[in-house]
Parts: sequence; C-alpha cells; structure tokens
Amino acid sequence: MRMSPTLFALLGTAALAAPALAQEKTSIQAIEEYREMLQDGNPADLFDAKGEELWKKPRGPKSASLEKCDLGKGPGVVKGAFVELPRYFKDTNKVQDLESRLLTCMSTLQGIDPKEVIKGQWGRGERANTTALATWIAGQSKGMRFNLPQSTAQERTMYEVGKRLFFQRGGAHDFACASCHGEEGKRIRLQDLPLLTKAPGDGIGFAAWPAYRVSNGQMWSMQHRLNDCYRQQRFPEPDFVSDVTVALGVYLGVNAKGNKSTAPTIKR
Amino acid sequence: MSKHKHFMALAAAAALVAGCAGGGGNVAGTPSAAELDALTQQIIQADFHDKGIVKVSEAFRDDETIRACNAADVAGKPLDAAATKRIEAANMQTIKWPANGKYLGDWKEGEKIAQSGRGMTWTDQAGAANGGNCYNCHQIDKKEISFGTIGPSLYNYGKLRGVKDPSSPAAQEMVKYTWGKIWNSKAYNACSNMPRAGHMGILNEKQVADIVALLLDPKSPVNQ
Repeated sequence: MRMSPTLFALLGTAALAAPALAQEKTSIQAIEEYREMLQDGNPADLFDAKGEELWKKPRGPKSASLEKCDLGKGPGVVKGAFVELPRYFKDTNKVQDLESRLLTCMSTLQGIDPKEVIKGQWGRGERANTTALATWIAGQSKGMRFNLPQSTAQERTMYEVGKRLFFQRGGAHDFACASCHGEEGKRIRLQDLPLLTKAPGDGIGFAAWPAYRVSNGQMWSMQHRLNDCYRQQRFPEPDFVSDVTVALGVYLGVNAKGNKSTAPTIKR
Repeated sequence: MSKHKHFMALAAAAALVAGCAGGGGNVAGTPSAAELDALTQQIIQADFHDKGIVKVSEAFRDDETIRACNAADVAGKPLDAAATKRIEAANMQTIKWPANGKYLGDWKEGEKIAQSGRGMTWTDQAGAANGGNCYNCHQIDKKEISFGTIGPSLYNYGKLRGVKDPSSPAAQEMVKYTWGKIWNSKAYNACSNMPRAGHMGILNEKQVADIVALLLDPKSPVNQ
C-alpha cells in the first residue's frame, strides 16, 4: 500500500487536527480533497490525444488506419461503443473487451501481430498504443451509462464464468476478487472498496477505468487494473486479453449496468 | 501456459455454447452449472501463467476448503452445517502448535509484521520476509489510522477477552485460540476471508508468536 508523499502529508495534517474519533472521517475527506485537486489537468488527456491520433493514422504492414474498426456498433462507430463492451462479435465468434477487439482490428486492418501486444509489457510498444486507443475510445462514451448486451449464449456464458472467477479463491492467501469487493462499505487500509457484485455507482469500480495512476505515473486500462488485482491476490499472471480477463470484464460490466462511465479518470 | 491448452479451453467453450444455444440448458442458451464450473476451471488452467515466484500449479491446487467455499459463494448460499464442521475439523488438524511451547513472542516485532503487506506476489523475491497484511483488514493499534475494515477491529483484543496475564492458566484457552486462528483461520470459520498464515507458509512459527504477543501482551499498544 504505497501512498504518494502528498497524500501522506494530507493525512498527517488531518490526524493532527482531528480528535481521535473523527480521525477516520477526516482522513477520508482529506483523500477526497486530494482527488479533487488532481481533477484539474488529468494527464490522461495526453493518452487520449495519442489514442485519437493512433486511430486515424495509417499504420502497420498494411498501412491502414483503424477507422473501419467495428467496436460493436458498426465499422468506425466509436461513440457509445465503450459502455457496451465486452460483447459478442460474430466475425471472431468470441466475446471481446475493448482491448481484445482492438487487437482484432489492429491485426485484420493493419497487419500488426497480436502476439506483439499479448507478449509485450505495460507502457511499452504496441501494448502502450492499445492503452492510448482504449483511453480515447472510452472517453468518447464519457457520461454514458453502461449497458452491456446479454442477448447471446456466449455473452451469458461469459457472465457466468466471470462470476465464478470473481469468487475463485486461490494463491497463498486464499484471496478472491470477492475478498475485497464482496461486501458494502469496506476498505483496505484507507482505500474504499467498491462492492462489485452490483452497480457500485457512477464512475466507481468498472465504470472508472481507464484511469491515470498518479502513484506510478501510468495510464491504466481495465486489463492493467485486473492484472494488478491478480498480483495483489497472490495469483499467477493472467494472459493479456485472455478469456479470464474478458469474462471478469463481462461480469463486472453487466453488474455495472446503469452506472455512468467517467473514464478516463484519475486515481491515486 | 501452452497455446495448445489455451486452444482446447476455447474449443470447449465454443462446444458448450454451441451445444446449449438450442435451449438444452437450465436457462435458455446457457450451459448447466456443472458445465460452467468445468469451463471456468479449463479457462483458469489455460489463461494464467507462472510469473516470478507464483506458480499456477500451486495457486490453483485442489483444496477441499477452497472448492466448497467457492461453490457456496457462487450459489449465494452459506456452506451447510455438516460441510462447515467437516472443513473446520480438517483445518484444525493442520495447526502446528509451537514446538517449544512458547506462544508469545515479541509484540514489537509483531507490530512490524502486522504493518507489512509484502510477500508472495509475483513482484516479491523468494526468501524475502513476508508481512502479515494485518492492517490491510483490521484496526489493531489505535494510533494507526490507516487500517482496513474487512475484518473486525482487534483494538483491545486481549483486554476485551479478559487476558491480564497470558502466562496464567486462565488465559491458556485464549492464547491457544489466537495462535490457531493466525495459523489456520479456517479451523474456526470454514470460509473465513482471512489467510491461513501458518498453514500456507506465509508466516513462520516465530512470526506467529510475535503476532500473538501483539494481540495478547498487556504491554502491547493493542491493549492500552
């Protein structure tokens, strides 16, 4: 649980100023103030701009742009696509989230090898490009409400698999996603934990990513967030855009129905 | 994970979906619960890979406690009384009591262990000292404001349980319970959220003793 020096300073001030019983409340307020301060000038804007450029620019062996990419609402339709992902795609016969769908488009339209991204590293090369693209695409649905389709057997199956993954205990600590996100009003250290078995609210949980992480100065997509959740659970690493991550995305996304997307957001 | 295995899981998923799309399952177009369980396990085996010190074979090894509690959670029903009793008894059998009979270590060391959330992730090194992760979920010392609330408050743990002298015969039952709870929490609550710190090798005997001291030593800040 690393915190930035600024946050520590704020917490320190709060602790000194408040009587014992009010400490908890005051420190939460301090964090809220800190988050508000961060809202001015979200560095996610830089990734957003890079993503838009990457969408429109001819790239890859086929020297094509992504402007004919079908994110579920028809070729080239970006607005509103994010709040309906993951969903089933007929052409790949797969349920795909934003990033796995982007890989399909990069591969079919541009000739970019998906392995480059799947075997790649966070913040580097084509994987960094997918994060930037995801940031821009998500931003085009800002303020819209999540409404993932569950009209196909594949989507309903992935929801059920995602539910089982959510409750899957494992690793040295017997943790599951549900250990932290299975009850209302809990926190780890001072970090509030959203309950993810139901819609936790606008811009909370699934509806908050992609986000710029101040603590490590990186733009994090949902794939990256899930990856780090698994790390903290003491699990092995899930493959990038694998069915494990997509199924969890379906479970969380369907549960978030009606919540407003605020992505790209900013996080500690 | 091998590409072959991954493909197999996907093929199995496709077969399940195709087989049930015609309306064979319980809910129209959805595989049965057992098929979904099997599919989930196939996907897990295919989609995770070893990283750093974390191995797929260890993280998902078969464990009756885990299997039963996961199933109960997915069904949204608590574990039945018989299974609860059986699982708690089996976990009780795994508790290793202190070889030298010394249950209480150094509470100052215990506080350090309680503060540390390190250990056993794929970014941790093999052989590095693990933390207890205690403050992540519990209030312990009142002076520490950065504590979690997933578990109950442990502030005044010993005091509230009437432990004035942990070495007295009257305190032995509580001392043993505290040791056992840290060693294997599932011995007392089958599907507890708490890690089985001793049983899973997160903390060693000395560290467990230090945590017991933190909770029960009258001089520890916990009991002030």
